Amino acid sequence: MTRPALRRLLDEIGTVDAVGIEERVANYTTRSIKKGSKVFGLKLAASMVDLTTLEGKDTPGKVASLCQKALAPHEGDVPRVAAVCVYPSMVKHAAKHVKGSGVKIASVATAFPSGQAPLKTRLAEVRQAVADGADEIDMVINRGAFLEGELEIVQEEIVQVVEACGEATLKVILETSELETYDHIRAASFLAMRVLRPGDFIKTSTGKTSANATLGNNQVMIEAIRDFYLATGTEIAMKPAGGIRTAKQALQFLIAVKETLGDAWLNNRRYRFGASSLLNDLLRQLETQRTGAYQAPWTFSDDSSGY
Amino acid sequence: MSLKITKTPKCYVGGAFIRSESGRVFELKDAGGTFYANVPRCTKKDLRNAVEAAAKAGAGWAKRTPYNRAQILYRLAEMLEARAAEMAEAVMLDGSTKTQADTEVTASIGRIVHFAGWADKYEQVLGSVNPVASPHFNFTLTEPVGIVGVLAPENASLLGLVTLVLPVITAGNAVVALASRKAPYPSILLGEMLATSDLPGGVVNLLTGDRKEMLATFATHEHVRAVSAVAEGEDAVTLQRGAAESVKRVKLHEVKTDWFSEKHESPYAIRDFTEAKTVWHPVGN
Repeated sequence: MTRPALRRLLDEIGTVDAVGIEERVANYTTRSIKKGSKVFGLKLAASMVDLTTLEGKDTPGKVASLCQKALAPHEGDVPRVAAVCVYPSMVKHAAKHVKGSGVKIASVATAFPSGQAPLKTRLAEVRQAVADGADEIDMVINRGAFLEGELEIVQEEIVQVVEACGEATLKVILETSELETYDHIRAASFLAMRVLRPGDFIKTSTGKTSANATLGNNQVMIEAIRDFYLATGTEIAMKPAGGIRTAKQALQFLIAVKETLGDAWLNNRRYRFGASSLLNDLLRQLETQRTGAYQAPWTFSDDSSGY
Repeated sequence: MSLKITKTPKCYVGGAFIRSESGRVFELKDAGGTFYANVPRCTKKDLRNAVEAAAKAGAGWAKRTPYNRAQILYRLAEMLEARAAEMAEAVMLDGSTKTQADTEVTASIGRIVHFAGWADKYEQVLGSVNPVASPHFNFTLTEPVGIVGVLAPENASLLGLVTLVLPVITAGNAVVALASRKAPYPSILLGEMLATSDLPGGVVNLLTGDRKEMLATFATHEHVRAVSAVAEGEDAVTLQRGAAESVKRVKLHEVKTDWFSEKHESPYAIRDFTEAKTVWHPVGN
């Protein structure tokens, strides 16, 4: 059953051909990217990583080591990551290490990952994170309200978070696994994009549920971004998060971006990976390309475990 | 009359039966020169994937109790025993007579049982309590080295493979092995037996294909910590050079090795794939 408000929105923006999407993304996994293109892709992916630690056991010390990893992933010609992503209470600790380095500080806020807190509390959390030095805020949408068909509530909350962000970039987490269908993901994408500023992000997942970023979800969202850009001229950025652990997966996501949005989105202002273990696999493959020998995992410093 | 169902030979990697990622195969002919089956022609990428599978399984296998490892290896012997006739036929594909094949299968079962027996005993032989001139209790334990590459001999395609693999896994290592090129079929059957032996998937991974395509990768892959290979001449040099770069052990066996010899049944074959750890424990009076 589709709620009336949702039905109206879908009539406006068009629904998703689920079979077509699956076919399309299955195709991305068959590309053969080798040698120079592979090295380019791996370095690009490394520069797009939001190096993340979001655990109850995070400490200032763990955040410090995460920041060191972000600043110097490995010896040699390897780019810094785009940002470190931490809980609001860790923002001030991260700021000590990365402020002014070019590596941004992203903070999840708004009662991440459930979003089940009063709006007032969520907005206060956003303001505090920004005050502590966060350059970017990752918010979660109100999935309960979305599934109830209360689309205005969802959108209004995003508007208020945008205001609370001030100068900070906003990333809106749709939590695709809880939206259940591609149609819902497309609808939620549009709901968010209509009230975002150019350069703000939509993001797939929190990484805290069973299902995470997939090529399919990513495709639905970047097609929404494309359609929105063609209709309005506003460039919205994209961040898949959770479950992207291998360099091979990252390259497949980049192929999707290249073939759907084009070169303008192939940089870390327009596309990010929310990940932690991905970075070391990228470094491992880069090192394999450089030396010609497959590498052991222990060659690379540990960042942190996470999603 | 019923339709003959022919089996597609597949490699046993990570507890699953796989084709080569390349999709390539090579023709296996029986002793009479008749086409028998298409066998996967694995690539260095398959080797890399097998190493990943071995890495996943290795830690868990090393943590099993020696007694449990013994039971599982003994069960492998049981699985081979139950299908001994089928395995003998696989061995005969290389032109061995029935008697020779039966002898090889029997010897292989014996060898597996032999090493199964060592699983909870080698530590007593290879480890030691060391006299030291200070108030310490000083003892040496063995630990597995990690992932071991095995390059099996061309002849004695079953017994040679078993003789190289068994000491390695007895010590708690994981194995990526390349089977005989001219007689790969016993390794395909061995994979099926491993799969039903309670050995965790990924502890033994068996590849088939051309040695020259994978040899250098066995040597240079940093994650592979030792290589046990039947290799001479140029192959041996390639292995040693690559292994030097990644600081790994190389245990070479001569091509003319007599695989039936009892000298292979020794705890020192296990020692080659263990690392000694010595502990200094302070003691009072």
